[in-house]
Amino acid sequence: MTAMPTVSLATLALADSRFPGGGHAHSGGLEEAVHRGTVSGPEQLAEFLHGRLHGAGAQTAVFAAAAAHAAARGVRPDHWSLLDAELEARTPSPAQRAASRAQGRGTLRSGRAAWPSRALDELLATTGSPHHPIVVGVLLGAGASASPTDAASVVAYLSVSGPASAAVRLLGLDPFAANAAVTALRADTERIAAEAARTAGHRPENLPGASSPALDLLAEQHQRHHREEVRLFAS
Amino acid sequence: MQAEHQHHVHGQNGHRHPVDFDPTAAGPDPFAPAASGSRPVRIGIGGPVGSGKTALTAALCRTLGSELELAVVTNDIYTTEDADFLRQAGVLDPGRIEAVQTGACPHTAIRDDITANLDAVERLQQRYASLDLVLVESGGDNLTAVFSRGLADVQVFVVDVAGGDKVPRKGGPGVTTADLLVVNKVDLAERVGADMAVMLADAHRMRGELAVLAQSLTEDPAASATADWVRRQVAEHRAAVGPSAE
Ligand SMILES: Nc1nc2c(ncn2[C@@H]2O[C@H](COP(=O)(O)OP(=O)(O)OP(=O)(O)O)[C@@H](O)[C@H]2O)c(=O)[nH]1
Ligand SMILES: [Mg+2]
Repeated sequence: MTAMPTVSLATLALADSRFPGGGHAHSGGLEEAVHRGTVSGPEQLAEFLHGRLHGAGAQTAVFAAAAAHAAARGVRPDHWSLLDAELEARTPSPAQRAASRAQGRGTLRSGRAAWPSRALDELLATTGSPHHPIVVGVLLGAGASASPTDAASVVAYLSVSGPASAAVRLLGLDPFAANAAVTALRADTERIAAEAARTAGHRPENLPGASSPALDLLAEQHQRHHREEVRLFAS
Repeated sequence: MQAEHQHHVHGQNGHRHPVDFDPTAAGPDPFAPAASGSRPVRIGIGGPVGSGKTALTAALCRTLGSELELAVVTNDIYTTEDADFLRQAGVLDPGRIEAVQTGACPHTAIRDDITANLDAVERLQQRYASLDLVLVESGGDNLTAVFSRGLADVQVFVVDVAGGDKVPRKGGPGVTTADLLVVNKVDLAERVGADMAVMLADAHRMRGELAVLAQSLTEDPAASATADWVRRQVAEHRAAVGPSAE
């Protein structure tokens, strides 16, 4: 017996870069930043990750925590379309919306095999192709009984671990430096997850919105460039 | 060295089979393909860079396009390069070609995380309800890159003689486990000093019962032998799961 809080296996599996949910092909704007010369080494990567954590990371953490909270308490199916629509409204870039839905769909496909639940089926039925943080929240809240803080931590971590891995692949960066840039964000990640957990019980329309215009622009530029020339990542 | 190892072979659950620790050993894939329902058969086309995967895909489209409802997913490292080639070659209506981005890891996209490829296959199935066949071309990769059985029902591994006649005996999962090994560009054998007899003998030795075809797309642009093999896969798939939903 132990009184220590434990991390569920589902939480670890969802945060693992080997989780087969389609995340490996997304760079979160990093490829575009590399292409422009904004990120070319470990120092700029650290700055990029800091910005991404406080922008996209904080935003997705809020919705993952809210989804985990809702799934654990058991909500009516129409709650899922509300939550999904509110995140849509807080994601101005169509390219980022598409990237979030693509990863949501992939995570749902994988998640149904691993942690089936009624909430997951209802999420799929009401939204069709839900946003990624909401899928993570439902998987952890309903199927695996992890906390809103865990759900928020997973997506906050993924918001930086994906771009860091992309930087290693695109720039041949030292993987130890890239990993250290991620783990240096420990305090920020914990604060963002705790903050997201505090608002997890709010009505969807009252959830906070974080904006990160630079990431929105990078995502849009990425799409535009992809039509003209080579891009290796889907976002 | 041999050891007893229990695994589940389709229709033989619970049987004990010896496991061979020889890394070059051949043998059929021990896992049953994923249940397919009534959907098109998915054939993976993999192999090293430049071995002729796109040329073979184009040839199969030309040869089979009039008799089968088919579509193509490409995974080129340069993302749209192969798709653009196929569109320009005019062998297939552009709507029947989907390109996926692999995040600079072509083997991940066909093996470890098949999400983007499954999405592409589903988009094609939504667009064309009665597809018989989806060809999935992997990005050029190394000899260890094979398709997950969750993505491809059967797979073709394409190597070429210009890579050297050592390739089949080097082995690796692509050479030893693919359902069909195509040794392409045999027209170049003499010029690159590749011994075809050695190459084919090695291939058969490494693969046991699994099929091997020698091919030259410059001499046979229709890829007749490979197309016949594909026809048989489609027929077997139909016999197993019934015709695709109308
Ligand atoms: N001589 C000869 N050339 C061939 C044959 N098949 C393909 N080629 C040529 O080999 C080159 C590479 O062929 P591709 O089909 O692009 O090869 P690939 O495997 O798709 O290449 P990646 O997608 O880049 O890995 C092209 O220039 C083809 O025309 C063949 O049978 N004989
Ligand atoms: Mg190709």
